[in-house]
Amino acid sequence: MNRSREKSVLVRSRSMAATPYLFLAPFMVIFLVFGFAPILFSLMMAFLQWDPVEGLGAMRFVGLSNFDFTLHDAWFWKSLGNTLWLAIASGVPQHVVALPLAYFIHRVLRRSRSVVVGAYFVPYITSTVAIAIMSMALFSTDYGLINELIRAVARWPVIGALLPPAGIDWLGSAQGLKPAIAIVVFWRFVGFNTVLYLAALQGIPEEIFEASYLDGAGSGQRFWFIALPLLRPAIVFGVTLSVIGGLQLFEEPFILTGGHGGPAHAGMTTAMYMYRTAFEFNDVGAASAISWLLFLLVGTLVIGAYRWLKPVDTESRSS
Amino acid sequence: MRRRTFLLAGMLAPLWVGAAASRPLTIAAFPSVDAILKAARPRWHRNPSVPDLSVISREYVDHHTAMVTAIATRSHLPDLMAIEASFLGRFVGSGAFEDLSKPPYNGQAYRERFAPYAFAQAINRHGKLVAIPTDIAPGALFYRSDLFERAGVAVSEATRTWEAFLDAGSRIQERTGAHLLSHARDLKDVMVRCGLRSGEGLYLDRQGRSLLQSPRFQMAFTLAREMRRKKLDANISAWSSEWTESLRRGTVATQMMGSWFAGHLANWLAPKTAGQWRSAPLPAGGQAAWGGTYYAIPRDAMNKALAWELLKLMTLDREMQIAAFRSQDAFPALRDAYSDGFFEQPIAFLGGQAARVQWRNSAAAIPAFPVHKLDPIAAEIVDTALDEVLIDNRSIDSALKEANELLERRAARLSDFPEH
Repeated sequence: MNRSREKSVLVRSRSMAATPYLFLAPFMVIFLVFGFAPILFSLMMAFLQWDPVEGLGAMRFVGLSNFDFTLHDAWFWKSLGNTLWLAIASGVPQHVVALPLAYFIHRVLRRSRSVVVGAYFVPYITSTVAIAIMSMALFSTDYGLINELIRAVARWPVIGALLPPAGIDWLGSAQGLKPAIAIVVFWRFVGFNTVLYLAALQGIPEEIFEASYLDGAGSGQRFWFIALPLLRPAIVFGVTLSVIGGLQLFEEPFILTGGHGGPAHAGMTTAMYMYRTAFEFNDVGAASAISWLLFLLVGTLVIGAYRWLKPVDTESRSS
Repeated sequence: MRRRTFLLAGMLAPLWVGAAASRPLTIAAFPSVDAILKAARPRWHRNPSVPDLSVISREYVDHHTAMVTAIATRSHLPDLMAIEASFLGRFVGSGAFEDLSKPPYNGQAYRERFAPYAFAQAINRHGKLVAIPTDIAPGALFYRSDLFERAGVAVSEATRTWEAFLDAGSRIQERTGAHLLSHARDLKDVMVRCGLRSGEGLYLDRQGRSLLQSPRFQMAFTLAREMRRKKLDANISAWSSEWTESLRRGTVATQMMGSWFAGHLANWLAPKTAGQWRSAPLPAGGQAAWGGTYYAIPRDAMNKALAWELLKLMTLDREMQIAAFRSQDAFPALRDAYSDGFFEQPIAFLGGQAARVQWRNSAAAIPAFPVHKLDPIAAEIVDTALDEVLIDNRSIDSALKEANELLERRAARLSDFPEH
């Protein structure tokens, strides 16, 4: 009798110990199959040469040849240059605009705050395809609204001299394409960063602003000397997301350039080139090498951005 | 227990056999080709013992991506696969398809019945016949006759040489304001095809060496640059909204395309311009093709025998070929169909011109050139080089030299992959 009770206690304690793993199992299985296994497969592919049309049996180990090919590939470097240009041109303004905008919404707007925040956030939750198609219509050279506006402003006396009278060939020229993509990406993500900074601002105690006000600090000084330093952790987070997103930019340039990168490949990002190398050029090995090189670059820049922007540890400094 | 299992298996066996027998023949295709296949059902079912046709249709690019995935994983392979001509190079060198020149197919026996260039392109350098053509697209110069008349330009004069073509463009622009072409790239595309000698590859020779520094490309780049410098092209890419509008508004006087373009103009691109367009042979006596469709049988297909029967029906049956031409502007690859009265009929959209006769003559004269799996990337390398010449004023020699190096590097990577 005692033995059977001991046995049931043992079984129960074992099943109790297994319970957390059972709860974790669905996630772990899905992650292993759809997350970890593809990453592992991609790492393996980076050292193999494989044309999918030849079938699975055609994979061949080629050592570092895919990395060597990629690092000496002019198109890879061009795509990387495009990516960095777009990441900076679309990423930096997002934060430069979102920070004061969030501060303004937080300090000035009261009843209309939710509506304004919602309006800024809408582009972030809108389908990228819809945004890109709408942008194609806006950026159309002959019939686009943006060029209509430029043509109208070009008729003004002083400012008009700075603008081209015939409009800009946004999507059909190498010079116009990158700014067009950057504008779309900026417009899409500025709302997300605004919401991020607004949430962080709401966590700053109101007493600090009130005390600075009593000390005679103006609105600009309160933003610069109080809000900005206290927002530093949020800025680190926002910039990290922008670095990762900017370097993996794919959807907007892909749709705006019809998937080919535009004139003289001015809009071909590294993520796009990786996709095209795998699925259009059927060179899965080189595409995997590109993905790992991009991963290394993203990782390095994220660590760099974190070290540059990380919050100052005041306690350790004072000790 | 064992008895019960046997009993259950015995009950289910007829169902399994029945299911296998009634398994439909699967064909993977893309728009227009899918409609032609669906329309073939009544003819296919004249033989009551054949299974139904299951046509799996995807968008043009998605279809070819899906087929690459199916071949790579050997899963969800159709019994018969449609391949667009521009993707043929990607598949023709692989071992993923049945060699249709061998028994039981003996496809080479039908060679003389097809447009020569189309059949030759489906044969890889080891002599394997990978696919059979079903439709082709002989190239033509579509032009706005009203603009030519207003400019006092005769099309026969304008198409005598490439230089005469550009001169005509200057006159048209001067007197009507219309551009000669939508993009200088179109001129380059046609010139590199027109200058082909039979058997010569478009971008690479049979040994996989780049041809980008040959006089053919030099000449094409030089004239394209001249066209841009004279502002004779509208700098509009095909299939953009500006391009569609330019066709509708008559701001572009000509467009070089495959014969199917007349149908596209009439049906959706610019239907209100009916009667204003005409078709002429390409300038300088050039001959080129824009697209076409092939059928291939995957090596791991489930029902190869029936797939071959359907392939023969779609490609070798004159009635089917003409029906596809009438309904989908799919110009027949089968020469038997060329004697049909439909070719002589006037085309109302082209002002009553019997243009199909002209396209038929072109189809016979298009030079055969071997396709290569690097052709799509080579085309993009060339386009990018031309963009640098046109946009950045880069010298042609330097742009073609770099393009040549890019292509040679890609070709060197492939040299380790033997073609099957």
